[in-house]
Amino acid sequence: MAARLAHRRSRILREKAIELLLFLAAMVSVFTTIGIVYVLVKESVVFFQHVPLLDFLTDTQWTPLFDDAHFGIVVLLSGTLTSSLVALAIAIPLGTLIAIYLSEFAPFSVREVAKPFLELLGGVPTIIYGYFALLFVTPILQWFYPELPGFNLLSAGIVMGIMIVPYVASISEDAMRAVPMSLREGSYAMGATRFQTAVNVVVPAAFSGIASAYILGISRAVGETMILAVAAGMQPNLTFNPLEPAATITAFIVQVALGDLPHGSVGYQTIFAAGLTLMLFTLACNVAGHVLRKTFREAY
Amino acid sequence: MAYVKDLSAIRALIASHKRWDLVFALCGFAALMVGVLTFVALFADMAIQGLPRLNWEFLTNFPSRRPAQAGILSAWVGSCLVMLVTAFFAVPLGVATGIYLEEYAPKNWVTDLIEINITNLAGVPSIVYGLLALGLFVYQFGLGQSILSAGLTLALLILPVVIVATRESIRAIPQGIREGAYALGGTQWQVCRDHIIPYSSAGILTGVIIGMARAIGETAPVITIGALTFIAFLPPAPMKTEAPFLSFDWVMSPFTVMPIQMFNWTSRPEAAFLQNAAAAGFILVLMTLAMNGLAIYLRYRIRKNIKW
Amino acid sequence: MAKAEAKGLSFYYGEYRALKDLNLVVHENRVTALIGPSGCGKSTFLRCFNRMHDLYPGNRYEGEIVLHPDNANLLAPTVDPIEVRMRLSMVFQKPNPFPKSIFENVAYGLRVRGERSRRALADKVEVALRGAALWDEVKDRLQELAFNLSGGQQQRLCIARALATDPELLLFDEPTSSLDPIATASIEELITELKQHVTILIVTHNMQQAARVSDYTAYMYLGELIEFGVTDELFIKPRNKQTEDYITGRFG
Repeated sequence: MAARLAHRRSRILREKAIELLLFLAAMVSVFTTIGIVYVLVKESVVFFQHVPLLDFLTDTQWTPLFDDAHFGIVVLLSGTLTSSLVALAIAIPLGTLIAIYLSEFAPFSVREVAKPFLELLGGVPTIIYGYFALLFVTPILQWFYPELPGFNLLSAGIVMGIMIVPYVASISEDAMRAVPMSLREGSYAMGATRFQTAVNVVVPAAFSGIASAYILGISRAVGETMILAVAAGMQPNLTFNPLEPAATITAFIVQVALGDLPHGSVGYQTIFAAGLTLMLFTLACNVAGHVLRKTFREAY
Repeated sequence: MAYVKDLSAIRALIASHKRWDLVFALCGFAALMVGVLTFVALFADMAIQGLPRLNWEFLTNFPSRRPAQAGILSAWVGSCLVMLVTAFFAVPLGVATGIYLEEYAPKNWVTDLIEINITNLAGVPSIVYGLLALGLFVYQFGLGQSILSAGLTLALLILPVVIVATRESIRAIPQGIREGAYALGGTQWQVCRDHIIPYSSAGILTGVIIGMARAIGETAPVITIGALTFIAFLPPAPMKTEAPFLSFDWVMSPFTVMPIQMFNWTSRPEAAFLQNAAAAGFILVLMTLAMNGLAIYLRYRIRKNIKW
Repeated sequence: MAKAEAKGLSFYYGEYRALKDLNLVVHENRVTALIGPSGCGKSTFLRCFNRMHDLYPGNRYEGEIVLHPDNANLLAPTVDPIEVRMRLSMVFQKPNPFPKSIFENVAYGLRVRGERSRRALADKVEVALRGAALWDEVKDRLQELAFNLSGGQQQRLCIARALATDPELLLFDEPTSSLDPIATASIEELITELKQHVTILIVTHNMQQAARVSDYTAYMYLGELIEFGVTDELFIKPRNKQTEDYITGRFG
């Protein structure tokens, strides 16, 4: 009896230990977030002791590595914003069109081939897209518009948009496919065509899923690094003209990382301040997405 | 109300509606083709530019200032070693998290926190992981600009992918299987070990492969931790002739990886280096395509074969 | 007077013959009920009338469904299914309002038919909602989302949606199967009122319901039409042994 009890106790102990171990593994992701926030905030605090927050937000020059150092994040934001807008102008219409086409129009065989294909397209490393933008798309654009500089936001933005298309298309399509067939049948039974059903019934019903897809696309565009580092040049340039070269927040971080800045210098800290800006932006996107899903949850 | 509706008016209306159907279907197909053609152009461009440079020397030479002699030996060895470290951390952590959340986690705010956190981490730009690694692994923990730092960084980066894949394939296991196993007197861990993990392993593998394919192509975070772009040596070998025969010195070694090598060559003005970049890019594309293709095929097989 | 007629109708899901040589007359301004055990093909039969099966690949019809008075064969390959659906309306098993306002739900069919005039839309929506006995409950909140209505109200909204387009034949596919008894009673009452103006074909899994609302009843089993007749006669003295077993509850 005592032996049985001891056995039982050891078994319970082992089960508890395993559960604790699994819990700790799950907490790693929480620690990751804490680590990110800690690192970004810690270095940024030091940075903002050197650079007043007001200067950071209002200065119109970004020359952190010069003797006459200026830290106007607006300069980098303009590059990020412009390239993201170009990318979204490509990704959102194309992605939505593809999603509606695949979910409502395409024959089964086309969908079976297209979905994995889109997934492959989404798996191509971004450095490859960067090369493609610089050495394939830019020359083509220059053919139409000879004054276009070799580094420019337009070409990088276009390629970035095409890179994002699979994400937008795939998530939107999943959302549309989740719309119950009975809703479509209701529309068809009224004499609606495919197009009318898609636009009037399926898209509104899948609205929150489609909106999440767009938000994911935005945060992808804002956080994309290599395409811009390769094809848009890394020169800070306060511009909203996509035909010019410019640096984005992400490209700046890469540029600094490629040089050898001493650990603890203001230049080293700038990349954390830039990273914090980026992080706050994507966090805002995530929260917006969350709120959207909560407010417009599908209630078929 | 015995009347015949004006059928000719209805027919005219339907015809005009159907024109929109056709226009839209064509637009949708064209949009799809933009994606397909871009991919074809990208692949063909890499192949045409890069294939002439692909030979045995390219794979076995170190990078060099002379483009014709430059190769990717240190890059592909570095990529393989970093992937090894990444898999070593990401797979157990991801699978354990997935099992915890699906099989163990109580319904409380801690679990909610973990779940929301994982969703958010999946949306964090990869370069932010690079900053995390630079501040924490490289300097705070003193791991330096090493293979270990890079592997850990990429492991954290792909962790959400592995977790989500694990959870999805565990969720696909019907409740009856669990109940059957518990009815035989199994403890929670025994049920996980003998049933849940084996039955979901194919799905987990799919997620791991997709995650690794992403990690192998990631450039930004690895650059951020300060991986060098010009490495003309290999990390110390993992085997030694004297006891204890195994050595882990390589994990602390400086390194470079394929995408960084390609980035380095892409930023050179000389055309010959751009050719090298295309050749390295071609290999990289082939590798990621092969891995993603394998994952897609695996998933297809799982869907076809398993009918609970 | 006959409004619609199925003549030698067979239907195939791929190779599987789900309906076998059905012949049925739907009388004008009467309620015709289709009953039978589940899987007997009654819903499949109903969905032939508005060509719902055309939405899915691999389905095939044989025979005819003729709509009077113009004797159009609804199943003819030359006839566009959309044209058929513009003449007929359908109410589904589960209420399926669109993710739109109450008003837009009812106006949907009219908009699809090219109606643009605001006044005409408003008038027809009101008439339809009154016809579906829903007007008094929703007239002050026409712009609210349809999902906010209760299940029974949603189903009446779907009936209003179907009525708004002035259908020549109204199809009901087990319209009360997801509703509580009170909502069911109000829908049944509505159906009895509607038959003054509209021809109705209704599928029901509930024999009492068929007895209560219908004028004619058809009993189906395994894709075949076993017996068809005036409801009272069929329920009181069925001619066929199988029908008798089913309605007396010895089977099904």
